[in-house]
Amino acid sequence: MNVRLFLWQRGTAALMLPLIAVHLGMIFYATRHGMTATDILRRTQGSLLWASYYGLFVTLASIHAAIGVRNILIEWIALTDREARRGAILFGIVLLVLGLRAVAAVVLS
Amino acid sequence: MMLRFIKHRGSVLWFAALIHRLSGLALAIFLPLHFLALGLAIEGEAKLDTFLHWSSQPLVKAAEGGLVFLLTVHLLGGLRILLVEAFPWSSGQKQAATMAAALSALAAIVFLTRVF
Amino acid sequence: MSISETSEAPSELSVSLWRGGKEGRYETYTVPRRDNQTVLDIVTFVQRYVDPTLTYRFACRVGVCGSCTMTVNGKPRWTCRTHVSKVVSDGRLEIGPLDNLPVIKDLATDMTAFFEKWQSAKGVFAPSKTRDDPIEQIMPESPARQAANAAIECINCGVCYAACDTVRWNGNYLGPAALTRAFTLVNDIRDTGNAERLQAVAAKGGCHSCHSHQSCQELCPQSLNPTAAIASLKRRTTTAYLKGEITP
Repeated sequence: MNVRLFLWQRGTAALMLPLIAVHLGMIFYATRHGMTATDILRRTQGSLLWASYYGLFVTLASIHAAIGVRNILIEWIALTDREARRGAILFGIVLLVLGLRAVAAVVLS
Repeated sequence: MMLRFIKHRGSVLWFAALIHRLSGLALAIFLPLHFLALGLAIEGEAKLDTFLHWSSQPLVKAAEGGLVFLLTVHLLGGLRILLVEAFPWSSGQKQAATMAAALSALAAIVFLTRVF
Repeated sequence: MSISETSEAPSELSVSLWRGGKEGRYETYTVPRRDNQTVLDIVTFVQRYVDPTLTYRFACRVGVCGSCTMTVNGKPRWTCRTHVSKVVSDGRLEIGPLDNLPVIKDLATDMTAFFEKWQSAKGVFAPSKTRDDPIEQIMPESPARQAANAAIECINCGVCYAACDTVRWNGNYLGPAALTRAFTLVNDIRDTGNAERLQAVAAKGGCHSCHSHQSCQELCPQSLNPTAAIASLKRRTTTAYLKGEITP
C-alpha cells in the first residue's frame, strides 16, 4: 500500500459516506412501506438522478473494495504484489460490470 | 496456541480493526450477489418480485439485518480510521470504537424491528 | 496467624523456555520463587544454575537499553522490568523469543531486519550545518519540537515490531519503530533529508500500510505512540503527494 492507493481508498471511502447514508435511509423507507418491485422500479426507471447516484456509488465501491481485497490478498493469503494486484483488478472489474448492469436494470425501462 | 495469539491482541481497538476487515470481506462477497439480484429486474418486474417475495422469509430478513449491521459497522470502523489518520489525537479512542459497535447494533435492531 | 501460615505464595515456579531455533520446543524448568523477582532474574537463574546452554540477551538490567526483550506469556516485554508477580498465571510462565524476527537460538533473535528497515525509512539525521556554523536555535515549545520529543525516546527494543500484526502479515512493512524515528526527523528543523524521507515512507510498505491496531502504542514500555506518529506521516505524505513533491 503506497500513498497513491491509500488516497484512492480513503478518498472513495469518504465520498461514499453520504451515499451510504442515503442508501440506508432508502432501505428503511422501502421496507417500512412494504414496497414491491413494481413500486421500486416505477421510481427508478427513466430517472437520471438514480442513474447518476447509483452509477457513482457502484464505481466508488468497486475501487474501494478492490483495494481492500488487495490488502487482504497480500496480508492474509500471502500473494505477491503482482498476483494480488491482478486479483484485485479482476475483482474490481467484476464488481463494476455487475454493478453497472444492475443500475441499468433498474433505470432503463 | 490460538489463545496465546489473541492474548495481547485483545484490545478494543484491535477487535475494531479485525471486525472492520472481516465486515469488509463479507460485504465484498455479498455485493456481487446483491448486484445479480437487482439485475433480475432486467428480465422484468415479475422476476424481481419473485425474488423480493422469497426475501420476505424470516431467515432472509435476519440475513439482511446482518448485512445492514455489516455495512454500518464497516462504515463506522472506516470512520474511526479516517478520524485517527486525519487529526492529531493524543491517545487511544476506545470510547469511539465502542460507540461505533453500539451504533451498528442499534441500526441492525432498528432494521429488524421495522421489517418483522 | 503468622504470615507464613496464611501466605499462599508458592516457593517454586514452573517456567517454559523456548529452546532451539525456528524449530524447537518449550522446555520446562523449576526455579525458586522469590519476592521482587523479574522475568530476567528467572532466565538468568536457569542459565547459571540449571542449564548453561540457554542463550539469551541482556545488558543493563535496569530498563534503559532494551536488550532483554522477550515474549512473556504471549506479550513482548522488557524482561528486566517485568515483575513475575504481574505476569505469572497459575504459577506458570512461558518465555519465548520476540515474534516477527528470525530466532538465532533460544531467546535471542536476529534484529538485522529491524535495523535495516530503520535505514530504509531514512531514520537517519541528515545535517545541514558544519561545526563552524552557529548552533541552530530550537525552541522546545514549538509544535514540531514537542511532536518530535514525544516520540524521541525510542531505544530500539523491538517490542512494537514484535507486537505489530502488520509486520507479521506484510514483509515489506517498515514497522512502527522505524516510522516513528522518521517522524521525529521530519519534525527536526535542522534536518535536510525530508524529501527523500517522505518518499521512503510513502512507498510500498511505508506508513500507509499501518492499520492503526495500536498494539505498538499499547505495549511500548516507553509510552510512545507510534500509531499517532504514523498517522502524522500519512498526513504529511498525502499533502506532499498532492503537491507533487513525491512520487510513489
